[in-house]
Amino acid sequence: MTNTDSGIQYDMSKNEIKVAPNDGSYMLDGYELVCGLEVHVELATATKLFSASANRFGDEPNTHIDPVTLGLPGALPVLNRQAVELAMRIGLALNCSVQPSTFHRKNYFYPDMPKAYQISQYDQPINVDGWLELPGGKKIGVERAHLEEDTGKSTHVGGTGGRIHGSDYSLIDFNRAGVPLVEIVGRPDIASPEEARQYVTELRQILVAVGASDAKMEEGSMRCDANVSVRKPGSPLGIRCEIKNVNSVRSLGRAIEYEARRQIVLLEAGEKIRQETRHWDETDGRTHTLRSKEDADDYRYFLEPDLVPLNPDQAWIDAVRAALPMLPRERRLRLSQATGAPADGEAIMVVVERGQDDYVMAVGDAGADVARALVHVKEAFAEQGASPTVPATDLAQMIIMETGGKLTSTQAKTVLAEIVANGGGDAVAIAAAKGFEAMDNSALEAIVDQVIAEQAEAWSKYCGGEQKAMGALVGAIMKASQGKADGKAVTALLLAKKG
Amino acid sequence: MRPLLKTDVSVFRRSLDWTAEMTTPTNIHSNIPTTAFAIADGVRSGTLKAVDVLEAHLAQIAAREGDIHAFNLVTADEARAAAARVDADVAAGRDPGVLAGVPIALKDNMCTRGIPTTCSSKILEGWRPPYDATVVQRLAAAGAVAIGKTNLDEFAMGSSTENSAFGVTYNPRDTSRVSGGSSGGSAAAVAAGFSPISIGSDTGGSIRQPAALCGVVGVKPTYGTVSRYGLVAYASSLDQMGPFSTDVRDSALVLEAISGHDPMDSTSIPQAPLSLLNVLSQGVEGLRVGRITDLPGGADPDVTARLEAAFDALKVAGATIVDVEMPSMKYALTAYYLIAPAEASSNLARYDGVRYGMRVNASDTNAMYSATRTAGFGEEVKRRIMLGTYALSAGYYDAYYGKALKVRRLISDDFARAYTKADVLLTPTSPIVAFPVGEKSDDPLAMYLCDIYTIPTNLAGHPAMSVPFGTGAHGLPVGVQILAPTLGEQVMFKVAASLERSMIATGGAK
Repeated sequence: MTNTDSGIQYDMSKNEIKVAPNDGSYMLDGYELVCGLEVHVELATATKLFSASANRFGDEPNTHIDPVTLGLPGALPVLNRQAVELAMRIGLALNCSVQPSTFHRKNYFYPDMPKAYQISQYDQPINVDGWLELPGGKKIGVERAHLEEDTGKSTHVGGTGGRIHGSDYSLIDFNRAGVPLVEIVGRPDIASPEEARQYVTELRQILVAVGASDAKMEEGSMRCDANVSVRKPGSPLGIRCEIKNVNSVRSLGRAIEYEARRQIVLLEAGEKIRQETRHWDETDGRTHTLRSKEDADDYRYFLEPDLVPLNPDQAWIDAVRAALPMLPRERRLRLSQATGAPADGEAIMVVVERGQDDYVMAVGDAGADVARALVHVKEAFAEQGASPTVPATDLAQMIIMETGGKLTSTQAKTVLAEIVANGGGDAVAIAAAKGFEAMDNSALEAIVDQVIAEQAEAWSKYCGGEQKAMGALVGAIMKASQGKADGKAVTALLLAKKG
Repeated sequence: MRPLLKTDVSVFRRSLDWTAEMTTPTNIHSNIPTTAFAIADGVRSGTLKAVDVLEAHLAQIAAREGDIHAFNLVTADEARAAAARVDADVAAGRDPGVLAGVPIALKDNMCTRGIPTTCSSKILEGWRPPYDATVVQRLAAAGAVAIGKTNLDEFAMGSSTENSAFGVTYNPRDTSRVSGGSSGGSAAAVAAGFSPISIGSDTGGSIRQPAALCGVVGVKPTYGTVSRYGLVAYASSLDQMGPFSTDVRDSALVLEAISGHDPMDSTSIPQAPLSLLNVLSQGVEGLRVGRITDLPGGADPDVTARLEAAFDALKVAGATIVDVEMPSMKYALTAYYLIAPAEASSNLARYDGVRYGMRVNASDTNAMYSATRTAGFGEEVKRRIMLGTYALSAGYYDAYYGKALKVRRLISDDFARAYTKADVLLTPTSPIVAFPVGEKSDDPLAMYLCDIYTIPTNLAGHPAMSVPFGTGAHGLPVGVQILAPTLGEQVMFKVAASLERSMIATGGAK
């Protein structure tokens, strides 16, 4: 099946995708993408949602289990207060209303679901009606963010594709069973794979910021399902498919794009989309039918009789709200105001995502230029994490030397590299040890004059307007100065001498 | 109002015969008291050895269990060890607790650490819980000596203990008849003198109805009074555990020991244990006892005669009889048989052969589920799972489960109105006396009707208890049911104690 159209060529058999540059209003073959994300996030509680077993990833299988976790006869759930608090933090950070809520049973059989039902919130979730603002300002609606318990983890041995069907036997680890989850159900406001990536990235940062989760997609502590449909502009919503098994932000964009194109190909061929759940296969880059709507389980939801309604009082809600830390968006705005750089520009996005914005501000507080601090931290602190080992005052000292003309930008980078490698250091001493001395203007001017005399041909070309010639001149001057000349000062001098 | 005196005479003559039979200590060594209260008193004061008390009861089991089959398992070795510990405590000057040395039988649907817990179902074959139910812990902490696990209708679904995978429990009063159910084994154990106390569970009458049929006291406390942690769930919003005993005081004693908040059960009411022993002597003067004028019909005349006698006795004791209406009560049975199976269909889904109990291997997982559950569950359990699954299904939920929940609310409203006029209500416990084994086994609807008077209280979450009050047809025991509002255990026990006193006063020696 092949589908071509202005700039888009899509060959399903070869799985090649070419995208025409778009102007932000994402269109595929004249279709709009309509996407809503359901994100499951494991809460960073000490214990499970309904029992006292530890909530820990990566330990020996079946070491964090108890009668409740295993769904043993007679065991009863008791709600974890900290899980409720973390769920409220998520809701409040996503601008939701926190409301009285209840738990239901979602009934279905699966070997890693020990009670054969999942305790989840159904028609009365704890958080409703919020939104998440993308860095560019677009708001994506959040329908709800509710509490539920995780299942155990199955490993199917033998057979094909790690599926239960056809396997020789299966192993189950119940360490994950009963781990608290919040499912964040986004509204179908996402209109491009890029927005989906931004949504998940931003959401991840919010979850980490409020201490609700480590939100690692690779470890499964954050899982994302995408509901995807397409339509011609102005038409009613199309039939949607739910994409599961998306394990990274990058895959999310690919999976959504693949699925949208698959649907468009079908529609263009005059076929109908079947509402179904599809499985993203990372290796072949496609989605495959998992089950159709007709095969969907009837979950027979009913109110969980072993739990009582959850009614957080207003004082508790207020306290949680008051204790919320600064969220990524506020952090970007703060840094933007301090530096003049755009809030959704690369430097601020990267530094805030790494959690290094407080550090940048601290360097500013130590008397250095914050904009320089932002650039240096973005460039040199990729491995440093949220709490850099380099004392803010050390970086500040280096920046003060640089902006004061005592270090060229090249020298500054060299000094900084050494400071970072040593986890701190005195910039003055390092510069001295390296023989970095600021070259005064008269010495520089002498070198410039010497080079102009030596490179007469280049100089005349430069004066004639050939910009390329400037490169040769600057290079020669830098060489003659043994790298001590400041590039900006050199170009300024050349410009002045040209007259 | 009927002529009081005349009724009383006939009533009390019959009850005298019955009481004499019930308390004749032929079944127990003459030096061992028959009540938990007296046993605990003797053991705590050092005049009685727990091991002797136990051996007397084990001897009684050896003598009659073959005819009755109250137990799925008698844990004699564990019991002997526990009794020895109680005696050691007393010898060391430590108080073993209010139930010191009292042999106690546990319905086989409450978890006992390391001891098989079967729910009288093949599907739990070989399963030994790794933990004790809260009630089991509390009984042990009070010095009670668990002697075994009693038979029940599979997963507590039934009214005759005929639905057990391990055979019928026969009524100690007449072994051709059923013991009632689902806690038939626990009721029979007390009635046969195997233990002065037993624990049952009551979802729609499963303590009260067998208590009535076996002629013992049986109490279903307010929902949330006794922790359900470790009780294998049948219908979670209705299940509640409670005691069987030979007299009212023993049930009060046990309830004081097992009630009170349990952080392991979210539906447990956050309150101190019940305080009941101190109200038993208070009398019923001035209390308003409600007669339900529109009580659904069907009770046998011998049973209603005993109910009338109970009204009369309470009137004599100073209570006022008032009329109340319960217009929604006639729908209770129908609502129950939607709500309870719906919850059961979910509660019993975990028996899938994956982690514990029976597994029948098959070609794939779904086939294994199906084969295991087909082989592991009995007919009545399968019937209720299917009923409940249907009632919750998409497209049927509103018409069945949803509507049943509305009826449940209406019944609660009826009770709330009735309790503005009356302090307690009085009804028969069972519409009939113990029936012959096999009589209703093939007629589920007839069996369901056994619980017509007990089910409404479960739906409302209220307390209710059955007290033996004379005999009916074939000289078989009849129970009168006392219903009270939420946490109305004290007034309920006052009335129960008064009824019991009225029997003793007319000749039935306790």
